[in-house]
Formats: sequence, C-alpha cells, structure tokens
Amino acid sequence: MKRELKLFDKPENVKRLLGFFSAFLIVLLIVDFFVHKHADFPWEDAPGFFAAYGFGSCVVLVFIAKAWRIFIKRDEDYYD
Amino acid sequence: MINVIPPAAIFIVGAIFVPLIRGRVKSAYMLVLPLLAFATLVKMPEGKYWIVRILDYDLIFGRVDSLSMVFGYIFTFISFLGLLFALKVRDDLQHVSALMYAGAALGVTFSGDFFSLYIFWELLAISSTFLILARRTTASQLAAFRYILVHVFGGLCLLAGIIVYIHDSGTTEFSYIGLGGTASWLIFIGIALNAAIPPLHAWLQDAYPEATVTGAVFMCALTTKSAVYLMARTFPGTELLIWLGAIMTVVPLLYGMLENDVRRVLAYIIINQVGFMMVGIGIGTQLAINGAVSHAFCDILYVGLLFMAAGSVLHMTGKIRCTDLGGLYKTMPLTCLFCMIGAASISGFPLFNDFISKSMIVSAAAHEKLSVIWLILQFASAGVFLHAGIKVPFLTFFGKDSGIRAKDPPLNMLFAMGGAAFLCIVTGLFPGALYDILPYPVDFVPYTVPHVVNELQLLMFGGLAFLLLIRTGYYPAQVRAINLDTDWFYRKGARHFYYVVDKVLNGVNALADRAIAQGIPVWVGRFSRRPLTSLVSLYMKTIGKDRVAIEEFEQETSPEATSLMAMGVPVFVSLVFMFLLFVVFAFLG
Repeated sequence: MKRELKLFDKPENVKRLLGFFSAFLIVLLIVDFFVHKHADFPWEDAPGFFAAYGFGSCVVLVFIAKAWRIFIKRDEDYYD
Repeated sequence: MINVIPPAAIFIVGAIFVPLIRGRVKSAYMLVLPLLAFATLVKMPEGKYWIVRILDYDLIFGRVDSLSMVFGYIFTFISFLGLLFALKVRDDLQHVSALMYAGAALGVTFSGDFFSLYIFWELLAISSTFLILARRTTASQLAAFRYILVHVFGGLCLLAGIIVYIHDSGTTEFSYIGLGGTASWLIFIGIALNAAIPPLHAWLQDAYPEATVTGAVFMCALTTKSAVYLMARTFPGTELLIWLGAIMTVVPLLYGMLENDVRRVLAYIIINQVGFMMVGIGIGTQLAINGAVSHAFCDILYVGLLFMAAGSVLHMTGKIRCTDLGGLYKTMPLTCLFCMIGAASISGFPLFNDFISKSMIVSAAAHEKLSVIWLILQFASAGVFLHAGIKVPFLTFFGKDSGIRAKDPPLNMLFAMGGAAFLCIVTGLFPGALYDILPYPVDFVPYTVPHVVNELQLLMFGGLAFLLLIRTGYYPAQVRAINLDTDWFYRKGARHFYYVVDKVLNGVNALADRAIAQGIPVWVGRFSRRPLTSLVSLYMKTIGKDRVAIEEFEQETSPEATSLMAMGVPVFVSLVFMFLLFVVFAFLG
C-alpha cells in the first residue's frame, strides 16, 4: 500500500490554512497605507484599489461566464 | 567563418535517424540533439549567413539578432524538456514529428527570407499534425484533420501575401512590414491564425486537448510562440494588435471557466497569454517589445509545465475531465507540487517568472497612458489566477476526492517537470539573465514594494472571491458539455451551409433540367411535328378538358393525319414568324 497524504482530510488543517489566508489579506490591506506608490493613473493611489479590483474582476468574470454559458452550452455529442 | 550547421537542421536531419536506433542509445541520442543545437546557438554570431542561392533568390537560413536568439534559446530549452518528458514513449512517429516540429520552429525563427520561412511554416503545421494523429483515437483523427485544414488555409494566406509582397518589392528578404496594402494584410492574417488571434483561434482549443500526452507539450510551446516571434518581427507597433490582444486576454477566460477538460482549460489560457504578448507587440515601444518577448519566454516554461502536469494526470489516471478528477495530491504529491509552481508562475506571483515579464507589458501600457488597456490587462491578470492558478490545481489535486489513487509518473517525466519548474523559479528570482538577452536594453525593476503589494492584493483578493463564490455555489459548476466557439462555423455551420447550398443549387439544377432539358424541347418537337394538335390540346388543357381532347386527337384522328390542314397553314405560320422577327429587329434592335 502506497503512503497517502491526508493533509486536507483533517478539518483543523483546512481551518488553519484559511486562518493564514485571512491574516495575509488583512496584512496586505494594512501595508497598503504605508506604501508610497509611483502611480501612472490616479486611481492607483486609492488604498486597497488593487484588492477591490482583483475581487471585483473575479466576481464579474464569474457572472459573465455564467450568463455566457446559457448561449454556448451544448451536449457533449453535439458535433458527433 | 561559421562552420556549424544550422540548429534547425540538427533537429530535422537528426529526426530521420531516430527510428534506426534502439533502447538507451535512442534516449541518449534524442537528448543530445537539443544540447547540440544549444551549443550551436551559443556560438552563432549576429548577422546573416547560411545563404543558399536558388533560382536567383537567396534563401537565408541564418538571420541572427537579439530577437531571434531569445526564441532560439527557449525553443531549444523546451525541446529538451519535452523530449525528456517523452523519453519512455514507444512510438517513433511521435519522436520524429516532435523533432521535425522543433526544427521547423527554429527554422522559422532564423529564416531571413520569405521562401525559407514559408517552407518551415508549412513543416510546422504538418509535423505537429502527426502529434495529434499519434493519439490514435477517432476524436484525434477528426481534430487533426480540422487542424491541418485550418493551417493550410493560414499557410495559403501567408503564401498569397508573400507572392504579392515579392511582386511589389522585388525582394524575398523581410523584416518590418506594417499593415498597409493587400500583401501585408494577407501576411498578417497568416501569422494571426498561428498566433490564435480571434476569430482565427478555435483550432487551438480544438486540437491541443486531442494531442498525445507528450505531443501537447511541444504544441503548446512552438506554434503560437513562433507566430509571436514573427509578429514582433514584422508588425511591431500595429495598433490593431493592442485591441485584438486585449480581446484575447479576456474572452478565453470565460471559456476557461466553463470548460471541463483540463487540457482545454489550459489551451484557452495559452490564447489569453498570447493576448498579453500581442498587446505588447501592438504598443511597440522598447519596453513593450521586451515585455512581449520575455513573456513568450516565460510562457513557454510555465505553460509547458502545466501541460506536462496535466499530461501526467492523463497518463497515470486515463482521465482529464475536472468532473472525473479531484484529491490527487494524496498519491501524486510531486505532480501536484509542480502543477502548483506552474499555476503560481502563470498567475504572476512575485518570485515566479510571469511576475517579471507580464508586468513589463502592463507598465508599457501605463507609460503610454492606455488606461482602458491597462484596466483590461489587470482584469485579465486576476482572471488568469482565478482559473489557471486556482481552478486547475484545485479541481485536479484537491477539491472533492475522486477516489483515484494513481501514483506520480515515471522519473523522466518528473525530471522534465522539475526542470521546467526550476527554470520558472530561477527566471522569477533572477530576471537579470533573461533581461540581458532581450532585444532592447532593459531599464525595468520588477521587485519594488508597491508593485509586489499591488500584485499580491490583486491576486489574493481574486482568490478570496473564488473561495466565497465556490462556497456559496455561485462558481459555475463543472459539467460535461461542449462550449460553442468559432470552430462552430466550420464544424456545424459548414454542414448547414452545405445543406442550404445543396438544396438551393441542386433545386435550381433540377428545375432547369425539367424545364430546359425535358419540358421545352419535347414540347417544341411535338409542336413542330403536329402544330395544330398541339395548339388544340393546349387550348383544351387551359379550359380543363385535356383528357378528352388528347385522346380524341391521338393517332389517325389528329388534324394533321386527316388532311384537314390546308397547305396554306404552314406558309401562314412561317409568315407570322417572319413578321414577328421583323417587328423585333425593327423596333427593339
């Protein structure tokens, strides 16, 4: 029997990972206030702009994709 | 004096001997070929050489400058890794075509005239077709057939452009062309097809997922990127490319999110990444061209790595659909690790190579004050992370446990992935080595505090969005389905077109046959033999008593047979006819 990794079968490990992730997000937001930016565009100076843009982009993308699926989805044997 | 043979020739001539060798010697031989080519590359000075004169035209096999050298290096690297990955494959067809394919890509890179370029361009299409055919499934045969037809179309566009170009300019040599007349547009379309620029992109996502496990590694690196090289050579600063590139960065993301086949998800990501390069080439400043070229270099490494990881999963489990996979990290930890490195690289995490290349293109857009393009590129960067960075590793190696307990692939495949992963990290950590070989001097520092913080925010909060969307069930479910793309037009649309044309043209044909070939001559024949019978029966037909009339006028009762017809009647008919002719000529002529 080959050795198996069971890292994420344990809920406490998943919880720990999510904890690190959340902490990292908060640190990133805090650091933003202390960074001097050499912005090319005015909106880059807004604190947390990139965080909001990254989050917003992904949400928008998911909803456009879901809408797009209505038009383009066909059965797997469509071309056969 | 250069006494080395061209690197393209090393691969192409070397390929011929592969079937003659057996066992370990064959493995060693195949790995030595890219090493030999690399040794040749290092010794090649800049300039134009290996010129062969045929029929008053110079074939230039060695146009060597900093632009072609970058692509020469990376094509050789990935060929080595690809061959190492494919070392255990017992199929000479794949090895020979892969080597020919790599040789063709190098040939395209170093050719300085249109004739040799065209020869290598076609070899590129033909040799890669065999990497799809070698999968030997019905789906792959059909995909290969569509692939070669599409590329023959692209090749013919290029050839037509070349002929017009040579006719106009009188020379076969080329460098900057720029969009202008017919020739340049035809050449542009030919290159754009290989670069997978929409709407000419569908062949890529159609064919690559059907290729063999190892063949796909070569394909993802060579065809599109040699087109990127050629585009950077001939059409830098073409504004149209900025917009086409921007579309390329966004639209494939939608498909990547909906697609179920892991290798098809990756195929869409290739289009997305080439989009960034096209934007760079379109902007055309030194920074932008450097960005496009270095991005092509890095892209080949991490896309190759991701295709190797996906190929390993397919090789070991026989499955490649997201819906069939999950939880593979338990028994394939190394493949999982390499896939994560590829995913981190393609997403542009600091310390990985995409961070140091894509950001040059984004900065170039910012320097030119292209705010909309800049926003689109940032949007696409977050989107790439969403589905290449998270979806592929998450649904394959984590997520729900599929119950599959496949092991890591054989050592040679692990070493190939390890090599690619190593290069992804090394170029990310020490970008100087890559920056030194770029076409223009580099004055760009990727690792600044704001840049790192901005990029991490963009990616990590994109990750947060993924987490929330998948937990709340808003993330599109992975389903077994086909998502329509522009290949619909030749896979289904062409069938409809055929049906319509069949019905319309064959309908007209049948009608014409009935009227002109059968109806009119028969009637005219009958009329000339028995004019009175015909006229009377026509009259009877119009008043609806045809059955009675025809029977009564048959045989010996007909007016002609009973000599009821006076001699004057034919004379009268002739006179009327001649009078009508006179009227026509006199008044209408």
